[in-house]
Amino acid sequence: MRITRLTTKQTENAEEDVDLSLLDPLIAKNKGKKGNLIPLLQGAQELFGFIPRPVFEKISSECGIPLGDMFGVATFYAQFRLKPVGKHIIKVCHGTACHVQNAKEITEAIEEMLKVKDGETTEDRFYTLESVACLGCCSLAPVMMIGDQTYGKLTGNEAVRIVKNIKLSENN
Amino acid sequence: MMTTVTVGLGSCGIAAGAHKTYEKIKAIKEQENLSFELHKTSCVGMCYREPLVEITDETGTYLYGDINEDRAVEVIEKHINQNDPIRDYIVYTDLFDAAENDFINSQVKIVLRNCGYMDPESIADYEHRHGYTAMKKIVMDKISREDIIKTILESGLRGRGGGGFSTGMKWKFANANKSEQKYVICNADEGDPGAFMDRSVLEGDPHSVLEGMMIAAYAIEATGGVIYCRAEYPLAIKRLNIAIGQAHAKGYLGKNAFGIKGWDFDVYIKEGAGAFVCGEETALIASIEGERGMPRKRPPFPAASGLWKKPTNINNVETFANVPWIILNGAPAYAKYGTEKSKGTKVFALAGKIRRSGLVEVPMGMTIRDVIFKLGGGIKNDKRFKAVQLGGPSGGCIPEYLSDTIVDYDSVNATGAIMGSGGMVVMDETTCMVDVAKFFLDFTRKESCGKCTFCRMGTMRMLEILERITNAQGREGDIEKLEELAYQIKDNSLCGLGQTAPNPVLTTIKYFRDEYEAHIFHKKCPAKVCRPLLTYTVDQEKCTGCLVCLKNCPSKAITGERKKPHLINQELCTKCGVCFTKCKFNSIVLT
Repeated sequence: MRITRLTTKQTENAEEDVDLSLLDPLIAKNKGKKGNLIPLLQGAQELFGFIPRPVFEKISSECGIPLGDMFGVATFYAQFRLKPVGKHIIKVCHGTACHVQNAKEITEAIEEMLKVKDGETTEDRFYTLESVACLGCCSLAPVMMIGDQTYGKLTGNEAVRIVKNIKLSENN
Repeated sequence: MMTTVTVGLGSCGIAAGAHKTYEKIKAIKEQENLSFELHKTSCVGMCYREPLVEITDETGTYLYGDINEDRAVEVIEKHINQNDPIRDYIVYTDLFDAAENDFINSQVKIVLRNCGYMDPESIADYEHRHGYTAMKKIVMDKISREDIIKTILESGLRGRGGGGFSTGMKWKFANANKSEQKYVICNADEGDPGAFMDRSVLEGDPHSVLEGMMIAAYAIEATGGVIYCRAEYPLAIKRLNIAIGQAHAKGYLGKNAFGIKGWDFDVYIKEGAGAFVCGEETALIASIEGERGMPRKRPPFPAASGLWKKPTNINNVETFANVPWIILNGAPAYAKYGTEKSKGTKVFALAGKIRRSGLVEVPMGMTIRDVIFKLGGGIKNDKRFKAVQLGGPSGGCIPEYLSDTIVDYDSVNATGAIMGSGGMVVMDETTCMVDVAKFFLDFTRKESCGKCTFCRMGTMRMLEILERITNAQGREGDIEKLEELAYQIKDNSLCGLGQTAPNPVLTTIKYFRDEYEAHIFHKKCPAKVCRPLLTYTVDQEKCTGCLVCLKNCPSKAITGERKKPHLINQELCTKCGVCFTKCKFNSIVLT
C-alpha cells in the first residue's frame, strides 16, 4: 500500500520559507470548482517543487477543504511530494523491461556515486534519486529520465557519467 | 514532385536522439539551401531502429534506420544531392528487399494506421488520411445512434485496455440510461509497466482518439468528455492539447459540434497523479472527482452512475482509435480479422530480451511464437527463449512450450495469463522467474489502494515469502503457502487489481515450479540472478591480478597480490556482486 504514515519529523522537515502569495492565482482559478483538489495540489507542487505544510494550510482555509482530505489525497498519489527535492530529479525506470535488463545496476551505481539511497536527495539539494514504474520507453531499456530528457540503453558506468556531466556543465 | 524528408519524433525516437537528427537535417537544408520538405511524424513502431528518417522522392519511399547526426549528413548528401540511396541504412522500402520489410509487411494496421505516417500536430494531415470522415459520414448519412451502436456491436470490438468487455454493449448500456448529462471518458492511464501502445497512439495520432470519443459521445448522447492521461506522458498531453484546440477551431468540438443542432460536446484532459489502481474505472472516476483513487463496488456500473453520478462510458485509447475505422469501413471489414470471439487486430508492445523491440499490430489469432520470432526477430544475443510475460502485473508468464498459443482473449486466459493491454515482455534463460514474480508483487503491493484487507495485507505477506525465497531462506511449504494466499486474495478483493495481483506468482509456480524448488531446497538460482543464492569465485586462469576487485570489495573478502590470481574468502563474502561488475576480464564466476 502506498499510503505512509506522516511522522512529525517529516512534516517538520517540510517547514520552509515559502512565498504563499504565489498561490493566489492558482486558488482563484480553482476555488469552488468541483474536483479541484488534485489540480490545486498539482499546481502548488509545480510552484514549489514539493508541497510545504503552510501551503496545505493556506489552500485548506481559503478553499474550505479539510486538511485531512488534502493529506489523504496527497499521500495517496505517487506524484505528490511532501519533502523538498533536488534541482535535478533522476528517475530510474524499474518497469518490467528495464527490470529484466538490469535496472538495479543503474540505481546501485548512482546510489554509490551520490551517496544517497533510492528516494533521497543529496545534501546540496542538487540531485534526487527516484525509482519509477515505467517511462514507456521499453525498447531502450534500461532507461532513466532527468528533466525532460530520457537516456536509454544504459549501463551503470554510463548512467554515472551522465549524472556527473549535469553538474559539470552547470558549474562551468 | 517535391522530395520529402520525415523524422520520427515520438518519445522513444527523441530518447534515441531524433531531435538532434532533425536539427542536423534542418541545418543542412538551410545551409545548402536544399529544396526538400522537412516533416515531423511520430513512432512507426520500429523503436529498435530509432532514430528513423523517411525519404520520399519520385522513385518511391525509403525508410532509413539508426540515423544519428553523422549518418544524417551522409544520407542527405548521398540520397538527396547525388540521388543515390544508401542501401545499407535502408530498413524498409517497397522497392526491394530491405532488412525490416517483414516487420512492416506482416502487420495489419488499423489502430496504428496513421502512426508514423503523418504529422500528429496537423489536423490537415489527419483529414488528408480520411480523418473525421467517419464522423462526417454519420452527420451526412444521418446514421442513427442505434445503428452506430449496432455497427460497433457487430464488429466484435472488445475493450483493449485489458478487460475485454464488448465495447458495443458498454455503449448500449450507456445509451439506455437517459440523463440530461452524460460523459465519455478515455482511459489513457496506461500504467502497466512494459506497455506503451497507448502512449504511441496518443503521440502519433491524437485525432483518431478524439474522433473515436466523438462517435461514442454522439452515440450515447454525451455532452462531456474527459481524457485521463498519465502525467508521465508529457508529449502525449501536449499533442492532445494541440489536437483539441484544432478540433475546436474546426467546429468539431464545442457548441453544436459538427453542425449538429443541440449537440454540445467538449473534451478536456485530466492529468493523472500517479496511481496504477486508477486504471480501474471506478477508481478513475473517483480520481477525476478529486478524491483518492479507490475503486468502489459495482453495480451501479458507470454506465448507470459514473462521473458526478451521471451515466458514463469509459473506453481506453486503443479501443477509441479503432472506432472511426470501423464506422468508415463497416463492421464486416473489421470482423474479418481475428478469431471467433476476439475480432480485429491488437497492438502489442514488444520489449525485454527481444531483437526488435517496438510496437506491432497483428490480427488476433496469431501464435505467440510468430509474434516473437517472425515479427520480433527472436531473442537477443542468441539466448534461449524461456517465457513471455503478458498482461503486466495482472498477467502471467507463458512458457516457451506454450508459445503456439494464439493471441486472443480466451486462449491467453486459459494459460493463466491475461491479454491485458498488450505488453509482451520477453524473457530468456538469464531471467529468474521467482525474481520476476517478486518484481510484480512488489509493484502490486505498492499500488494496492488499501481498501480490501486481502489485497493490502495478502500481497505484503506473499512478497515477504518471495523475498525470503530469493534470500536463501526459503523453507518447505512456502510454495503451498503462496498458492493459498493467492487464491484468498483473488477471491476477496473488490477490483481487478487485487483479483489479478497473484497471477504472476501463480503462473510462475505453475510453469516454473522447478525454479522455485531450486531456490528453496537447493539454495540455487538457476538463472543466476538472486545474489544471495550465488557463489562468487575467481577463475584462476582468467584473473590477471589487477587488484580492482580486491580494492572495491566492501567486506575485504578478496585476497591476492598484483599479477597473481586472487581468491574470494567465502566466509567473508556478502555476495554484493561488486567484484562481478568491476572485473574487466570476466574472471569472476557465478555458480
